[in-house]
Amino acid sequence: MQERKSRFTSLSGLDINRVYSRDNLKNWSPESDLGLPGEFPYTRGVYPTMYRGRLWTMRQFAGFGSADDTNRRFKYLLRLGQNGLSVAFDMPTLMGIDADDSRAHGEVGRCGVAISSLADMDRLFEDIPLDRVTTSMTINGPAAVIFAMYLAVAEKRGISVECLGGTLQNDILKEYIAQKEWLYPPEPSLRLITDTIAYCAKQVPKWHPVSISGYHIREAGSNAVQELAFTLYDGLTYVEAAVKAGLAVDSFVPQLSFFFNVHNDLFEEIAKFRAARRLWAREMERRYHPKDPRSLQLRCHAQTAGCSLTAQQPMNNVVRTTLQALAAVLGGTQSLHTNSMDETLALPTEDAAKLALRTQQIIAHETEITNSIDPLGGSYYVESLTNRLEEGARDYFRRLDEMGGMVKAIERGFPQRELLDASQRYQREVEQKERIVVGVTDYAEKEDRPIPTLKIGPEVEQEQIARLSDLRKSRDPFKMAGVLEELQEAASCSENLMPYLIDAVKAKATLGEICAALREVFGTYHEPMVL
Amino acid sequence: MAVATSPIRILIGKVGLDGHDRGVKLVARALRDAGMEVIYTGLHQTPEQVVNTAIQEDVDAIGLSVLSGAHNTLFARVLELLKEGGAEHIVLFGGGIIPDDDLPKLKANGVRMLFRPGTAMSDIVDFVKGLRA
Repeated sequence: MQERKSRFTSLSGLDINRVYSRDNLKNWSPESDLGLPGEFPYTRGVYPTMYRGRLWTMRQFAGFGSADDTNRRFKYLLRLGQNGLSVAFDMPTLMGIDADDSRAHGEVGRCGVAISSLADMDRLFEDIPLDRVTTSMTINGPAAVIFAMYLAVAEKRGISVECLGGTLQNDILKEYIAQKEWLYPPEPSLRLITDTIAYCAKQVPKWHPVSISGYHIREAGSNAVQELAFTLYDGLTYVEAAVKAGLAVDSFVPQLSFFFNVHNDLFEEIAKFRAARRLWAREMERRYHPKDPRSLQLRCHAQTAGCSLTAQQPMNNVVRTTLQALAAVLGGTQSLHTNSMDETLALPTEDAAKLALRTQQIIAHETEITNSIDPLGGSYYVESLTNRLEEGARDYFRRLDEMGGMVKAIERGFPQRELLDASQRYQREVEQKERIVVGVTDYAEKEDRPIPTLKIGPEVEQEQIARLSDLRKSRDPFKMAGVLEELQEAASCSENLMPYLIDAVKAKATLGEICAALREVFGTYHEPMVL
Repeated sequence: MAVATSPIRILIGKVGLDGHDRGVKLVARALRDAGMEVIYTGLHQTPEQVVNTAIQEDVDAIGLSVLSGAHNTLFARVLELLKEGGAEHIVLFGGGIIPDDDLPKLKANGVRMLFRPGTAMSDIVDFVKGLRA
């Protein structure tokens, strides 16, 4: 019988055969390419027991309005059985400016929570036991400042920072590549990241100071191969920067973590997680020969693909998210966020967020897929895909090496152009119906039944501005000027900035003031135009 | 004999703090490929910058992308500035993550068209071509 199409391709454009067999794995060795869970090259998972020992962390990204609004949402999610927190900040916070800055007008509390000061951070975590819950914070340019606030809140509550567990996204390279929320040029940004890495290595041993993120690279239009390649290469760049600053590999690499997207192509996505672990282990071994096996183990968080969701027939998004979550679990992720069905319209309502969390709980407790580790290991198809993703990523590694590394490549606009071209290719495929989007390209309905969406009122901005005004009146201006001056002096030489940042936030300096002080030393970044 | 007409001039941009530029760049490419003159502003533009550029460049229309939830404030400000600058002939359209409830008010205030996720590039190209029809 004739096949439906002349060519079958993965979502990333890899040609896919009708069937896979031993012939597709000629040079593949179950010993060196697969191994066992918890053993090099970690293709099957980083832990020997995986989900039989502990399920993944269910960590829903949340944040909107004021610190109090988000604190209520956090408690709601914890009550529903979520076991880790993940903070979404609003645009002004992500860009290191205060709510009363004119550039923040209309943006305060809109796509995340507004945090301008230590007092805001304190209210964000009111009645939440910081020593018993782990917190992930999606913040990059101002990550070190936000981290200083978190540490200062813990200190105020008498919690030793040694007990704090969590993650700072703190991945600036993918900002230049994909998400475009930067504050400073690459060199001082890498120094800030190295400072947080060094500080955590010494003082906050359970913290992940960087979450090296492919999620945003994929959302910005890359395919799976590019996501894998650019993310892992970014990771190697951070390792190299920290090693150059004098840190021993085994003193900090075990604390690094990764963050991947989970898109629609089920098997390709599963293969991507497996290839990521193998490639990281092999590259770290080849480049640094670490003694601590944890320096070879790629641990990751995953989030289902926001860009795969549709505003049309939004209930369909529940099904997409479920399938993507399944791929993340079959791929062996350590933690997972599942998107809510309403996120193409607004931030999630309580009900939509609950359904997204319940989706994970059903997969974890009802499907029995957690019983056996890497259940697709040994599949001719999945192993073949894993090989091809690793090879594809290695090709990019060679090109990036030739360009002189990731910073140079970004300055030339290379990864940015690769993403734009890939997203245009995908868009064309959808519009030519080579790829069907249910409810959009096909099976569309004239009128969608509207679903409820979350409303954030203008009072959030006004209240945040009033709080800032009170804060500015309540503090000692001489002390403030002093800590900011000391911070700038430390920034001008090579001292670790974390202690200075902690002093500054305790003296009630705001996020915007601290970031502006650093900008005077570090300068600003101008994006190369890629169109 | 065909009458020679100048190509449509469009300013495409990101206004506000939002850095999500996947969609806006695809739109800019699609309009350019359709033979229009596209001025792409780059990221993090203020409404003032956008309107000044639009007037200086004498564009037919401004297309703005907002995915950060700040659409109500930012579109309103651009409309206000166009009015103040005596440039109400410049059409404003946009796209992004915009809830149903906000659409009628934005359109009533003068945003000619709002494209939401899932829009085909050809629909946007047809809309812009239609501005001169």
